[in-house]
Amino acid sequence: MSGHSTYQPQNPVLQWLEKRLPIGGLIHSSFVAYPTPRNLNYWWTFGGILSFMLGVQIITGIVLAMHYTPHVDLAFKSVEGIMRDVNYGWLLRYLHSNGASMFFIAVYIHIFRGMYYGSYKEPREVLWILGVIIYLLMMATGFLGYTLPWGQMSFWGATVITNFFSAFPGIGEPLVTWLWGGYAVGNPTLNRFYSLHYLLPFVIAGVVVLHVWALHVVGQNNPAGIEPKSDKDSVPFTPYATVKDGFMMVCFCLFFAWFAFYIPNYLGHADNYIPANPAVTPAHIVPEWYYLPFYAILRAIPDKLLGVLALFGSIIILAFLPWLDTSKVRSARYRPLYRQFFWVFVVVCVLLGWLGAKPAEGIYTLIAQVLTAYYFAHFIIILPLLGIFEKTKPLPNSISESVLSAKA
Amino acid sequence: MTTVSSAEHTRRDFLYIATGAVGAVGAAAVLVPLIAQMNPDASTIAAGAPIEVDLAPIADGQIIKVFWRSKPIFISHRTKKEIEEAQNVNVATLPDPEPDSARVKAGHDQWLVVIGICTHLGCIPLAHQGEYDGWFCPCHGSQYDTAGRIRKGPAPKNLPLPPYAFLSDTKIRIG
Repeated sequence: MSGHSTYQPQNPVLQWLEKRLPIGGLIHSSFVAYPTPRNLNYWWTFGGILSFMLGVQIITGIVLAMHYTPHVDLAFKSVEGIMRDVNYGWLLRYLHSNGASMFFIAVYIHIFRGMYYGSYKEPREVLWILGVIIYLLMMATGFLGYTLPWGQMSFWGATVITNFFSAFPGIGEPLVTWLWGGYAVGNPTLNRFYSLHYLLPFVIAGVVVLHVWALHVVGQNNPAGIEPKSDKDSVPFTPYATVKDGFMMVCFCLFFAWFAFYIPNYLGHADNYIPANPAVTPAHIVPEWYYLPFYAILRAIPDKLLGVLALFGSIIILAFLPWLDTSKVRSARYRPLYRQFFWVFVVVCVLLGWLGAKPAEGIYTLIAQVLTAYYFAHFIIILPLLGIFEKTKPLPNSISESVLSAKA
Repeated sequence: MTTVSSAEHTRRDFLYIATGAVGAVGAAAVLVPLIAQMNPDASTIAAGAPIEVDLAPIADGQIIKVFWRSKPIFISHRTKKEIEEAQNVNVATLPDPEPDSARVKAGHDQWLVVIGICTHLGCIPLAHQGEYDGWFCPCHGSQYDTAGRIRKGPAPKNLPLPPYAFLSDTKIRIG
């Protein structure tokens, strides 16, 4: 897809290196000459933003690790030390904690963009599944990281989430003891969570390499959802995509900075500024906002095991999306019915998120049950049937034709 | 490398399979320490030795919380009213049916000893709250009665009983 590299360095040192390790050619063909569809809109800039956020989290995280102590008696104190004593510690921690939220905002936009334009469809199934794996790893990393400050929400969040595994009959109890390294969440748990929280971002980086590799094999999808057919349909990555990605990244950084500098605790919970106390559970346990829709699904189902299975199922089902959506047309632009169902689905996800933060009682539980049913119905009933019954609009002959006719 | 499929088994086939098998067994054996290291270590297990609790200072109607194996243990000195409430329940209607006699030691009806961890997702229920005078879990609204039995809410089971024995009328050993 990316064609032959035209990279021919003039510099003799680079020529010498290129003969031995053609890394310059690889970078050139992947990020300079790489052809991108000419009709990409700003929703396509979030892949770059996500790579940037992964970098931000790794850099701020490594620096925070220099000042943090993973011990039940010292963890909370060391985080307060970072906030008060370490030079610019407050900034680094707020960038890291809000960075996690920004990372999830970007990934949700990225995922919904993929759903809207059918980016998961043949031949991009593996690309999509790698994305689902990255998303799962992100959720695990975010959860592990939230445990580290060892505040009340850290401790009880860790307790509730690890107890999910106690729902499995027979193996549940030994499995949870094994996860904890004790009879309850304690010092061994904190130590291993810290170790894994440090490891997983690098695993994410590895899967991101596979994700980008798969992307460069099959090429990018685009708003028209049709493959580029001629040179007229694509433009080189640099400068076109580089500048567009760069501009959006700057805008995203403004948004990020607004959170980090003006409302750094808006997305957190006050309870996490109380040191962990294994004897007292906070009155209202709420996970981080990015897990709320799944938390609502868990609580909507009155049976413990089924609730946990529904929670995992609601994420795993994403991996099967390429086969559940039976329509041959990719982009929602040419799928009038799917476009409406897509937005209903977005609203359902947002409402589930809102319900996840509400107490699980009365009318809230009822609404959560209806929305949970709809969430699954979207994947296993609506999408397969839409592909059969929907009358799609005619596709343009080429990307350039769709762009030029829109202008005319 | 070219592969020639032959119907006959050669000594080379045996070497391939034997090498592969030894490698697989070796890899599996290495997993044992890698997985086992995450289980509770010797100091954690040692710290989980039995504890003795003196019941004499616990007043009628009082519930105290002690820790055994990092788990909160509720020791409830039940009042007459609470015992009667626990006994006068139609056991068949309970989500996890257990008569009150199975929840306490014979002859010690006034003492209820349970592990204070909600069987739903591990929160600590609040004492003397809820509709059944027992415990109420603030996390997801499970309610337990004065025998620590689940009555309402998402928790599937009664509060578990720790292993314990009466050493005398006013002393128990947990563990």
